[in-house]
Amino acid sequence: MSISSSLTSPSAPQQGDVPRYAAGWVLLLALFISAASWLLLGSVFGLISSIKFHSPGFLADPAWLTYGRVRAAAVNLLLYGFCLQGGLGAALWILMRTGRTAIILPLMAALGACVLNVGVLAGLGGILAGHISGFEGFEMPGYAAVFILAGYMLVGVSVVLTLRARQNDRLSVPQWFLLAAVFWFPWIYSTASLLLLFLPVRGVAQSVIAWWYTANFQLVWLGLVGLASAFYLLPRILGRELNSRNLALFCFWTLVLFGSWTGVPRSAPVPAWIPAWSVAATVITSVFYIGVLLTSRATTFGQCRLAWGEAGRFSSFGLSALLFFGLLTVGLTAIGKNEWLNFTWINAARFHLLAYGFFSMIIFGCIFTAASDFFASPLPRIARAQFWLAAIGTVLLSLPLAGAGIVQALKLRNPDIAFVDVTKATLHFLRLSTIGDLLLVVANAMLLFYLVSVAIGAFRERGRKLYQTATAEVVR
Amino acid sequence: MNYGPIVFLAAFFALVSSWYGFVVKPQFQLGHMMPTNTVPGGVTYPTARPGLAQQGLQVYRANGCYQCHSQQVMQDGAFFEVILRDAGTNLPSMEAAVRHLAPKLAEQPNALENLPKPVLRNVSKEEADRAIKLLNASGGKAAPWVVAAGPDIERGWGKRRSVAEDFLYDSPVMAGGQRIGPDLANVGLRQPDINWHLRHFYAPAAVVKGSVMPPYKFFFEKRKIGRRPNPGALQGAQELGIEPGYELIPKQDAIALAAYMLSLRADAPLYSAPYSVASAPPAQAAQQTNAAPAQGATQPEAAKP
Repeated sequence: MSISSSLTSPSAPQQGDVPRYAAGWVLLLALFISAASWLLLGSVFGLISSIKFHSPGFLADPAWLTYGRVRAAAVNLLLYGFCLQGGLGAALWILMRTGRTAIILPLMAALGACVLNVGVLAGLGGILAGHISGFEGFEMPGYAAVFILAGYMLVGVSVVLTLRARQNDRLSVPQWFLLAAVFWFPWIYSTASLLLLFLPVRGVAQSVIAWWYTANFQLVWLGLVGLASAFYLLPRILGRELNSRNLALFCFWTLVLFGSWTGVPRSAPVPAWIPAWSVAATVITSVFYIGVLLTSRATTFGQCRLAWGEAGRFSSFGLSALLFFGLLTVGLTAIGKNEWLNFTWINAARFHLLAYGFFSMIIFGCIFTAASDFFASPLPRIARAQFWLAAIGTVLLSLPLAGAGIVQALKLRNPDIAFVDVTKATLHFLRLSTIGDLLLVVANAMLLFYLVSVAIGAFRERGRKLYQTATAEVVR
Repeated sequence: MNYGPIVFLAAFFALVSSWYGFVVKPQFQLGHMMPTNTVPGGVTYPTARPGLAQQGLQVYRANGCYQCHSQQVMQDGAFFEVILRDAGTNLPSMEAAVRHLAPKLAEQPNALENLPKPVLRNVSKEEADRAIKLLNASGGKAAPWVVAAGPDIERGWGKRRSVAEDFLYDSPVMAGGQRIGPDLANVGLRQPDINWHLRHFYAPAAVVKGSVMPPYKFFFEKRKIGRRPNPGALQGAQELGIEPGYELIPKQDAIALAAYMLSLRADAPLYSAPYSVASAPPAQAAQQTNAAPAQGATQPEAAKP
């Protein structure tokens, strides 16, 4: 059974489907609501850290609101609060739909989600209290990491069992991407936690592991889950098959084989073979981005209007952001400018493109489409406003940061320019990016508002019915 | 790719290979790294930071200072200078050699006096070797001089590129990925005054004009001056906006962080990152390690971090 045969049935399933999946729906709603809450909180921290460039004294006096901690909180809430949890939710939903099955062990997954959220909460508290690990994008302290890993694995068991319970024999494209992803994270996260937090290795071996972990989480894991979602959503919305399975296979292999070696900057103070391998792998990942471009182009060919329509635009924007990220990363590495762009705002621009522009946008698409499944109705009206706010916010955040990075790099190359003037030259860009941060806060607040109103509505109207079916399933 | 186990094995293979390459193998190579010796000097490098500076490293971590400051000096390459130490006795021959190598220098009066002085600058190793051979053949004594090159070095952020040894005793290693603030790999060398650092933590913009660094007032305690001023109070607090009659007492975190700043000096000449230093007695060379200098050291406040 191929992916689309399970989907060419009207994109909105019959009402009769809903009760069958009831326990799963409650779980998905809970996962998405908690993910959206962390996303909103993280973007508020992002906005605070951005405002500090307008006035360094803004909220500087309480130690827990100092720039270094607020910035770490923003990045880590986005990554572990939203991306990890939202990605798991999207994975469960996609496996449930493509496999035409109910979510297996929903209570265990719910328990996992609770543990995961306790971990994120502990991590946030730890970061604000100064228990930062010291590695960018991996700042939560060890006691939070234990909860995050345990919570992920509990949900992960449910993901794997749901995949096993599928009714199609042959794995479809999103299914195999998700299968790889679900095993990827525990390995890299446990390695990084063990060797960086609990039994830290010596010297710069720490940095190498941190770079390796960052690339494997932010490029490979987010890439696998994000692409799985996009490769599920787009064909479903367009009502055609993914074109083609082989191209998707090519994307998969190039991402896992080469993406996992990227991330070490060229000038890193480590033995030269490590950055050399990494740079080579980064250049080779260009074929991955080309594969993504060809797959999405071949799939959406002639249907651009639909692909950028109400439901498709989340995935289309996400894939475009991924390609722009690839162009920026590979392009700068290949022309050898990586070194002087190394310590600049370019890295922040690339991070936002990947984590927000690519991954989060596609997950938003999943969330709204899942809601339309649930209500058997078209996409909610709020999705349109949310999309445009998030899209413009991403652009206004990433482009100015990229511009700041280039200006900063050019000025840093000239030792006659005093350092203070280098920073000053980037301030206009940074202040522009504050508008982007603000739009993202509003967009994230709308998402949370929508999900909460869905929850309230659903519980009010169908609460009793849902409860009965859920308990019936559990008892069985 | 039809079946779960195949996908699982494929992903497993890809992950194992990168895990081996970037986790296990660096651990073999770097995990047992030992201190090295400076070249020249033969002094052990690095030495562990003093205890207070190690506490400061944890303050640096806890406040996310690495979000804005890198600790890596980049280097584009190196060039050679040829230093003439001694002109020898055969002056006409030496003059001819210098005229051949550096016509401009030879035109100056007293070209062969006030030695040692550089005859050639910014040349490759081959050119330097050829010139040294010529000068030595003319009866003089010439030596090569290695200078690291690159914008970071010219900016005064370091004498050479950062290498793995610089971080040997630090945990966590916070090499940093952003330069919202200046690179700190050698801040202890540029700014060895602990009082400057403390004042800078309290009010960065008052110390460095145009700085966007946030103030760290929570590192300090503002107190009414008692019967006798506290000897540990910050000097010149009035210039930082403190009303008369009050004094600023740095807390332990501030003192530790400042000690850490002073301990940041990654300037030992190494085999893997060479540059020439004036031959110094071993005692002085030992100062070029990570060890912090005496705390009372003062420096004019003009220097920027």
